[in-house]
Amino acid sequence: MRTVFAPPASLTKDPFHYCPGCTHGIIHRLVAEAIDSLDIRERTIGVASVGCSVLAYQYFNTDMQQAAHGRAPAVATGIKRALPGSVVFTYQGDGDLASIGIAEVIHAAARGENITVVFVNNACYGMTGGQLAPTTLIGQTTTTSPGGRRVENTGYPIRMAEMLATLDGSAYIARVSVHDPAHVRQAKKSIQHAFEVQLAGRGFSMVEVLSTCPTNWGQKPVEALTWLKEKMLPQYPLGLFKVWERSEVNAS
Amino acid sequence: MKVLMKGNEALAEAAIRAGCRLFFGYPITPQNEIPEYLARRMPEVGGTFLQAESEVAAINMVYGAAGTGQRVMTSSSGPGISLKQEGISFLAGAELPCVIVNMMRGGPGLGSIQASQSDYFQATKGGGHGDYRIIVLAPGSVQELADMTVWAFELAEKYTTPVMILGDGTMGQMMEPVDLDTIPIKTGHSEFPWATTGCKDRPKRIINSLYLDATMLERHNQKLQRKYRLISEELPRAEAYHTDDAELVLVAFGTAARIARGAVDQGRANGLRLGLVRPITLWPFPGEFLLAATTGARKLLVVEMNTGQMVEDVRLVVEGRIPVHFHGRCGGMLPTVKDILAQIEEMGV
Repeated sequence: MRTVFAPPASLTKDPFHYCPGCTHGIIHRLVAEAIDSLDIRERTIGVASVGCSVLAYQYFNTDMQQAAHGRAPAVATGIKRALPGSVVFTYQGDGDLASIGIAEVIHAAARGENITVVFVNNACYGMTGGQLAPTTLIGQTTTTSPGGRRVENTGYPIRMAEMLATLDGSAYIARVSVHDPAHVRQAKKSIQHAFEVQLAGRGFSMVEVLSTCPTNWGQKPVEALTWLKEKMLPQYPLGLFKVWERSEVNAS
Repeated sequence: MKVLMKGNEALAEAAIRAGCRLFFGYPITPQNEIPEYLARRMPEVGGTFLQAESEVAAINMVYGAAGTGQRVMTSSSGPGISLKQEGISFLAGAELPCVIVNMMRGGPGLGSIQASQSDYFQATKGGGHGDYRIIVLAPGSVQELADMTVWAFELAEKYTTPVMILGDGTMGQMMEPVDLDTIPIKTGHSEFPWATTGCKDRPKRIINSLYLDATMLERHNQKLQRKYRLISEELPRAEAYHTDDAELVLVAFGTAARIARGAVDQGRANGLRLGLVRPITLWPFPGEFLLAATTGARKLLVVEMNTGQMVEDVRLVVEGRIPVHFHGRCGGMLPTVKDILAQIEEMGV
């Protein structure tokens, strides 16, 4: 009998703890499939961050380190400098990467650190109960912006992909989404390409993945996918913001 | 062969000889000679010197590199060490070996760039969040600073813990003859059963300090405490000077101990029976050594370059058995032999 579909070898058998309808599970699988298809599991070291994906170190079937809040790109730098032949990735949420860890990710990109960052943006702090993040949309209600995000108080959402693409050290920067199957397939290509950029030694690669948080958005899973498409895409346009010339990916 | 070297540079070269090939740091006075020296030397030996964007990033780079099982070091001073405390707590929690150098300056806040011992509490009582200890070593000379650097790497690996070398601005900046040829050159690095190096032909490994289950975290803490007890039994080290017949024993570490030693010499020349105990490990504190060395003493005088920090540990050790006095200068000011002897005269031996 021929196997046509199986769990990725780069995921453990541990069941995910994520909420119903959360897209972390899909994104985990895409990262694992990319690692499998490039046959790099045995030399990959992942770095989990702080937030909903803090337990990612249990789910990826690669060597893993768990980093302090926001520091994953610095931890990844330490690993990569110690083991230049390894493949190093971080898996970070928007509170972790765009708020407390913005210095670490900017400088990792500026140095052209040869690592891959998977940046999951769901426009809120999920794990701590849905607080305002730097990526929260204007007017979006969170537990710390109960009347909706007001520009007068907390300013504007940060577009990390566009910002990091301005740095000479970044080699590949893309924003993708997982709100429907077509975009999931696109996201998979983009994540795999980011690892290929690292394997080619080209420098910093990041894929920002727009993700849902039905629990903290107060929506049903399908409503959340629609909300992502209708509300987040205008603020966070999908696309390639830094293209490595051998790129075959056309995110749109 | 003895050469004249600054403390900071002797430490840096000793780290190279000890097989350290990874350094992550950030500029701050008075330790800049360490990163500057290693920026030159690391490329010569195929190592990595990286100036991080902050002390926070530097210590987390140390975390990542330490997790691969290789020897790694960072250095800083007071304000920078404060920023590293988050990372030090994570390193202690995840049980990773590394060497952290603090060339102390005066605080609090931005304080000054002059030598001080104002970070004793921070170094020996935890510093960061959570129930942990790190080994803290106090060098007394440039030669000892170099030798201690090698020892620090060995201890870090033996006990899988961060080790701090607690020097000060004077210790880092002063030049003394030092013989580095006595330090064996280590090449390559040891294999550790916990290192994350890629899971080829073995199950995955995880470097982590998170235990969401309270029973598991308590168990982890108990494991750490067993390790700390073992270190407390095996490691305490101190040096005694003229304590055999001393009526008054001074207790001081690092640069303050050099000054206190001068006070002992001069006091003895004047007929005073003075002695000195110099703790070399600050954590674990060499309490039993201190007790044994002061059985005949009637008084203790703790001399520090701060407003009174190690003196609390001395008082805990002697438990009121004999009076413990304190002499301190702070903010970058140094105690003097004259002032120490004046206080001793006032105290009456």
